[in-house]
Amino acid sequence: MNTSATLVKNLADQYGRSRNNLLPILQGVVEQEKYLSESSMIEIARELDIPASEVYGTATFYSFLEHKKMGRYIIRICKTITCSMKGKNQVLLAIQDMLKIDVGETTPDGTFSLLQTNCLGFCHKAPTMLINNDVYTDLTPEKVRGILSQYLTKNKEGGQDGN
Amino acid sequence: METNYQLKRADFIFKNENDWKEVLKKNINRPPHELINELISSELKGRGGAGFPTGLKWKLSAEVKSDIKYVICNADEGEPGTFKDREILSLVPFKVLTAMAICGHVVGAKEGYIYLRGEYFFLKPELNKAISEFEHYCKEINLDFTIRIFMGSGAYICGEETALFESMEGKRGEPRNKPPYPAISGYMNKPTVINNVETLAHAYTIFTYGAKRFYDLGVQYSRGTKLFSVSGDTPKPGIYELELGMSLTDFVNDFGDGDTKAVQVGGASGFLVPRKRFAETTIGYEGKLIGISLPTGGSMMLFNSSRSMFNVLDNYLEFFREESCGQCTPCRVGCQQLLKGIKAVKTGEKNAQHLDKLLRLAETMQFTAKCGLGQSVANSFSSIVENFREEMIY
Ligand SMILES: Cc1cc2nc3c(=O)[nH]c(=O)nc-3n(C[C@H](O)[C@H](O)[C@H](O)COP(=O)(O)O)c2cc1C
Ligand code: SF4
Ligand code: FES
Repeated sequence: MNTSATLVKNLADQYGRSRNNLLPILQGVVEQEKYLSESSMIEIARELDIPASEVYGTATFYSFLEHKKMGRYIIRICKTITCSMKGKNQVLLAIQDMLKIDVGETTPDGTFSLLQTNCLGFCHKAPTMLINNDVYTDLTPEKVRGILSQYLTKNKEGGQDGN
Repeated sequence: METNYQLKRADFIFKNENDWKEVLKKNINRPPHELINELISSELKGRGGAGFPTGLKWKLSAEVKSDIKYVICNADEGEPGTFKDREILSLVPFKVLTAMAICGHVVGAKEGYIYLRGEYFFLKPELNKAISEFEHYCKEINLDFTIRIFMGSGAYICGEETALFESMEGKRGEPRNKPPYPAISGYMNKPTVINNVETLAHAYTIFTYGAKRFYDLGVQYSRGTKLFSVSGDTPKPGIYELELGMSLTDFVNDFGDGDTKAVQVGGASGFLVPRKRFAETTIGYEGKLIGISLPTGGSMMLFNSSRSMFNVLDNYLEFFREESCGQCTPCRVGCQQLLKGIKAVKTGEKNAQHLDKLLRLAETMQFTAKCGLGQSVANSFSSIVENFREEMIY
């Protein structure tokens, strides 16, 4: 079995094989692999004994379930109203400038992907972003450069946390 | 500035929760009908938006016969400008868990779920710790009730209760037709009580201090307190618990930066109130909130005179266009057309009269869309276009 298949099997063992467990399983795969490959979706369909089209249908509905290969750290910058008003564009420019990628792209070495997202629920500390599951608030161009440098260092040291 | 404000601040929600064990034990030994009556006489209404009387909701579910029932806490909190449910779950999680278990006792449910938005994943470990401690105590007092967290994955529409059930059932988060209502047929088609995080926290207050304490706060039709998430052009953004029934003038005097041009009440799906209407607008239910119920309560976004209302509307419409589940045509196509339309007017490609067509389109969506998302786009659209028409054109 390839690693994806093993992962899917383990997740199905952990959560169960009924349709209700589909979302936690999809989330589990994304947590590990950062996206849902076609083969992992087929594997999930097999494990849960449902049509692959159903898995695909559910998976494509949710913005956090990526089905395109993503970097190790997914940056999601909030583009909703308060963050936009409080300088999100300058922060975004700083990120693009530092990583040399556009929104929707991944750095060639596969370290970072850059996406935009809707309100993160921290508008009183705008602008904000997520890097994987971690929230960063009150961003400024300087602050975001500092945060990304830390990730770069962590990544070079081969930091264990892929989350 | 602080000296003459008219707002009545309160401190119930975030007051310590150390008494949760007593509150739980005391209340699960009371008969369900007594608890329902307590909740009904408090006049607590849902804090997640629709403002449905909470006591009545529990009563409806309690009256249905079924071996399996569910209690669900809606922690999807996706309405732009709302961030109070996160704070409740981080600071006083046991209040929410206790209220869920009391609800389980009232309606006859043994399983509870918290649907937590994917953006709040970082809350999960602490919340799970609280849940284990909670379940441990439930065992001690022989209460058969479990709580699980179900994570969302970045879809605003899943906060709509029936879309939330679909999501938990492993499907696309597409709202169902109502009726049947969740109290009769919800998650897995079983009777389900679904309440907002804050609603449950208020239920805890009511079961701790009695209905009267809650009822005595606020005004007629809008009893009790409410958490407000204040953001935008304000010197003190944050979360505030206030008595319901305040006037927007008083709110702006307290929270504005001296140059407030408009306040968006209720998030992107709420209403924009321009300065000239502050005095006549009060915050509460039953049409007092210049109109109808709001999809998520408590978002207050302030805009000062440096802000372009075109940009605000453009941002909201982009939000709706992305978050529409696409299931029904009025909403899917309507959101796209409204967005395209205002841009065309702005660039001069279409003349100003085109705005009237768009207003009619928004109105049509209000009556023909399947769920609250599509139905409420007209709230912000019409209130912004009608009050700031010139900003849409030039
Ligand atoms: C598009 C849309 C999004 C919603 N999002 C939420 C939400 O994030 N949290 C919430 O509690 N209710 C949300 N609601 C309202 C729920 O459908 C439901 O009314 C609420 O959870 C009931 O709880 P309450 O009576 O305690 O307010 C939303 C409704 C709509 C139409
Ligand atoms: S109104 Fe919009 S969100 Fe609601 S069901 Fe229709 S398309 Fe989906
Ligand atoms: S608008 Fe960005 S966190 Fe709410």
